[in-house]
Amino acid sequence: MTHQATAPGPAAVTKTAPAPAGRPKKRRPSGRHGSRWTPWLYLAPAIVVLAGLLVYPIYQLGLISFLEYTQVQVSGGEPTTFKGLGNYQELFSDSQFWQVLLATVVFAASCVIATLAVGCALAVLLTRVRAIPRLVLMMAALGAWATPAVTGSTVWVFLFDPDYGPVNRLLGLGDFSWTYGRYSAFALVLFEVVWCSFPFVMVTVYAGIKAIPSEVLEAASLDGASQWRIWRSIMAPMLRPILVVVTIQSIIWDFKVFTQIYVMTNGGGVAGQNLVLNVYAYQKAFASSQYSLGSAIGVVMLLILLAVTLVYLRLLRRQGEEL
Amino acid sequence: MSRMSQLRIRRPWRLAAEVSALVIAVVVAFPLYWMVLSAFKPAGEIQSTEARPWTLSPSLDSFRRVFEQQDFGRYFLNSLFVASVVVLASALIAFLAATAVTRFRFKFRTTLLIMFLVAQMVPIEALTIPLFFLMRDTGQLNTLWSLILPHIAFSLPFAIWMLRGFVKAVPEALEEAAYIDGASRTRFLWQILFPLVFPGLVATSVFSFISTWNDFLFAKSFIISDTSQSTLPMALLVFFKPDENDWGGIMAGSTVMTVPVLIFFVLVQRRLVSGLGGAVKD
Repeated sequence: MTHQATAPGPAAVTKTAPAPAGRPKKRRPSGRHGSRWTPWLYLAPAIVVLAGLLVYPIYQLGLISFLEYTQVQVSGGEPTTFKGLGNYQELFSDSQFWQVLLATVVFAASCVIATLAVGCALAVLLTRVRAIPRLVLMMAALGAWATPAVTGSTVWVFLFDPDYGPVNRLLGLGDFSWTYGRYSAFALVLFEVVWCSFPFVMVTVYAGIKAIPSEVLEAASLDGASQWRIWRSIMAPMLRPILVVVTIQSIIWDFKVFTQIYVMTNGGGVAGQNLVLNVYAYQKAFASSQYSLGSAIGVVMLLILLAVTLVYLRLLRRQGEEL
Repeated sequence: MSRMSQLRIRRPWRLAAEVSALVIAVVVAFPLYWMVLSAFKPAGEIQSTEARPWTLSPSLDSFRRVFEQQDFGRYFLNSLFVASVVVLASALIAFLAATAVTRFRFKFRTTLLIMFLVAQMVPIEALTIPLFFLMRDTGQLNTLWSLILPHIAFSLPFAIWMLRGFVKAVPEALEEAAYIDGASRTRFLWQILFPLVFPGLVATSVFSFISTWNDFLFAKSFIISDTSQSTLPMALLVFFKPDENDWGGIMAGSTVMTVPVLIFFVLVQRRLVSGLGGAVKD
């Protein structure tokens, strides 16, 4: 966008700038039409790092998922053998996998909806209050945002501890154990996830609302538009790009929650009842040394998130954003 | 909000909104307050079923235990080293890359941008297994580099994406003017563009700092036998015991781990908000 706007810039500058008379002008490739290799030179470090530590591991992940790769092969006791789709067959015929996949989708969806609802509601609330309450709420939210996932998890488990936690005391729940039941454990993790991820939504949406020119809103209210009408016809369409970004980001974050589940439910809950795909893959690979099955789960995750990304790209394109 | 619409919000409503904002702020801040409070509570008060939201006899016992038993200081420095290297390296690499994709038109530019976008979505956790074998084969297991390298790679795509907006915002006329005045490309890059983009670099670095500082999975998977190379998240888990969790120790450790991030956040929060606005609006 900026490019079109400033395209006439260079020419104008060249005209107005005093020409360095007499001095031999060195041939210097100018910004955009210049040497063909400069951008690649600048990109080289990024490309090297990403190729080695992102692209190559993805290739390896795919490869391992097609092999027979367990502790025996890792230690070199037996040669690795090609299994084709065998690992996937094994995975898809395992009822636990489907159960975990379902739990992951439902859990991630609940987290996303709750995070967006809380974040947007508080962003609107921020526009309705004066500076001091706004600053206080902003600071509290930044605190929650800044809290590392591990410590956030430990604190929330402690808050809901059946013996020493203040929450059960406050709610009069006695020694009800939140981590024992499947749904209450998921609920507990959901609280923590929403707590540490709503600030991103709140701050971003708030910034978006503030960026709407006040003249537009004033004009609308002068024309007699109701609050609801202003929201529906002016604010919502203008916030749409931002809402798309925060929704997609939340989906991606919440779909791959690992730390919270691992720490709060102690590695996936009683008898694996709180497993999500990420933790499931980890347990398969590093706890039971079934590296190829773990990789197959990783591939499934990768494909699901890739699908989400493609939807995102289409939405961006439809908004006519220039990359 | 304009003055007009502010006027139209009636008094009682605004008061109600402000009260609920404050109440929500208290609820949101409560877990952090409870963490710090519990870290300072003497052991007797923590292991009491009468959970009081204050303490009359704060003690440093839990902190002492954390630092003496667990060598927390060392883990803290390890974490700090890993996060600092990642922040610096990814900021520099991302700055160069963002300059390339915004200041130049070249073949495959759009393809690269889309790839950076897609790369952001890659779940790093899914790559733990291949990365584990990569680190093992290159002899990096149990070293801090096994944490640093992957985190640089995973911070980059988002950093590039976010910095793009900041680099774009620097007028091209400035670049032309610099060249006319005889500045070399390198000079322009480091002496003109870099300082102008610096606020953006700070905003971006928050994300790489946090994701690295918080890293739990890699630390758990790659630092397996040499505990002197452990980072904070792993050290914290030692206080979880099957029979009786040492909550005082856990909370003191959590406090030690959270405070640097809080400080970092408070320092950069203004730039963070404007930076995010820029990245999202762009």
